[in-house]
Amino acid sequence: MITISGQAVCGGIAFGKLYHIKKSVGMIERRHIDDVENEILRMNNAREEAKSQLGALYEKALLEVGQDNAMIFEIHQMMLDDLDYVESIEGIIRDQKLNAETAVANTADTMADMFASMDDSYMQARAADVKDISERVISILSGATSGGIDSDEPVIIGAEDLAPSETVQLDKSKILAFITEKGSSNSHTSILARTMNIPAVINAQGIMDDSLNGKDMIVDGFTGEIFIEPDPDTNARLLEKLKKVNEQKELLNKLKGVKPVTKDGQSIMLYANIGSMEDVPSVWANDGMGIGLFRSEFIYLSKDTYPTEDEQFGIYKSVAQNMLGKRVIIRTLDIGADKQVDYFDMPKEENPAMGVRAIRICLNRPEVFKTQLRALYRASAFGKIAIMFPMITSLSEVKRIKEICKEVTDELDKENIPYNKDIELGIMIETPAAAVISDILAAEVDFFSIGTNDLTQYTLAIDRQNSEAAKFCDIHHRAVLRLIKMVVDNSHKHGIWTGICGELGGDLELTETFLAMGVDELSVSPGLILPIKQKVLNTDLTGRKDELLSDI
Amino acid sequence: MKQFSYTITDPEGIHARPAGLLVKEAAKFQSKITIECNGKSGDLKRIFAVMALGVKAGMQVNVTVEGDDEVEAATAVEEFLKANL
Repeated sequence: MITISGQAVCGGIAFGKLYHIKKSVGMIERRHIDDVENEILRMNNAREEAKSQLGALYEKALLEVGQDNAMIFEIHQMMLDDLDYVESIEGIIRDQKLNAETAVANTADTMADMFASMDDSYMQARAADVKDISERVISILSGATSGGIDSDEPVIIGAEDLAPSETVQLDKSKILAFITEKGSSNSHTSILARTMNIPAVINAQGIMDDSLNGKDMIVDGFTGEIFIEPDPDTNARLLEKLKKVNEQKELLNKLKGVKPVTKDGQSIMLYANIGSMEDVPSVWANDGMGIGLFRSEFIYLSKDTYPTEDEQFGIYKSVAQNMLGKRVIIRTLDIGADKQVDYFDMPKEENPAMGVRAIRICLNRPEVFKTQLRALYRASAFGKIAIMFPMITSLSEVKRIKEICKEVTDELDKENIPYNKDIELGIMIETPAAAVISDILAAEVDFFSIGTNDLTQYTLAIDRQNSEAAKFCDIHHRAVLRLIKMVVDNSHKHGIWTGICGELGGDLELTETFLAMGVDELSVSPGLILPIKQKVLNTDLTGRKDELLSDI
Repeated sequence: MKQFSYTITDPEGIHARPAGLLVKEAAKFQSKITIECNGKSGDLKRIFAVMALGVKAGMQVNVTVEGDDEVEAATAVEEFLKANL
């Protein structure tokens, strides 16, 4: 058995034979020409043909991978019309009296070098786009055809690198996995592989060795490992892994798009907790109905100094746009206690869990708070953003927060900057104080989200980081469950909704209890959404509500 | 001649997709439209030139529009930048 390790870009396990796709580059014949105008006409005809091929690919990609990913072929068409590109080719034909093939190849090299020399990995990857469009024109000029998959059974595709056009052209029903010797995780091939959900590994050194063509192998798209002629142990181990992956996939296929409603017709919203923009695709992959908790602190934690309003705005806007109008609840800065940020320069505290943290920092330092709020309000013009404030203990805090929000919207009005005037403002219920006065707080806000981790810690007076103390912690303690029920009841009395975004939200043993209480939303890590949906679909609350609630 | 400045807020900067859309927007007008950033400038109707500027988040771009429809063109391009980048 030989093992090759590459970079995993799309998860999945594939068993099959390797099939090398080699570019029929063919030597480009360099030839002097006499009839310049005719050569330019040939080149322009080939460009037009290339554009119409790309147009057909765009239509195909539109159906297979969606508009965002298909857009690359439209950009390729624009590149073929780019004046710098066309003028350079014409210049070479005219001035050096060279044939169109050579002129296109030379221009492609120059343009690709320009991108390759940029100090930006994304732009460097664009060199491949220039080569891709130029190879298309050259192959039209020279009458070459591109290689498809000549095999009856599905295969694992191996290539030096795959141009986006090649990836889309290949017959999907014949592809088990992609392996490339080069490539970047930013390349369109990687992006397309993820969209089509085909296991893919890039930077797999040695995969194009001629001796490997046609060999049996296993591709692990999670780890980036490729096992060539695998031994029985490896075979068995990966079969087991594949079985698990398939079970999860089946669950997904069965439940995707299905609304989470109990057998007796009670529905609940299942949202995702995320910590950064990179998590958005997994929300879609797991059928999240929205984002119930976006932890904005990662923006602060990943920097050496305060993030600017524009930086934050860019991130919030991007998440809101990527969620296509589904609700995105962004929690304002929640640092302190176990999450420290150096540049905030906070004095050392004797008891940080009860010290100046989260909303307390924001109310102490309104300039920091207002920067974040301005970014959030501005981003609200681009999607369904809701704002949530952590660590609330009193009515006066909520009133002060609303005053500050008003100052922010007044400023935006004065500057004529658009924002959503109906933006929802909610608070986290994570202190016993907030839970107990939730009837009063409910009149002030649009929703509650219960943070069960802190609520448990403060209710039971047990530090969740202290393993010795933790053994006294009953995570299903009645005190906490009673507080949750009280909060839900109070919210409904005031016509607002309540979600749970702490760890208990994802606790399958409590899903029925929460449904019986009438919890409106559960927000959990993306991987838990489908198992919970399964549980909800299997639940029938008819005649059982009292029994379920009698335990608490 | 019309001129305006805009600071890019999209965290990815002017990458391929918005560059394509931006060029398409610019191509709707007769006027000559120039984009300048970081000491380099390029024709806003040429996609390679726009991408070659390597504009990243937080950078300021200056746009100059000159021609018969410069007022409409400047407005449209500025609106496009605000809405997409």
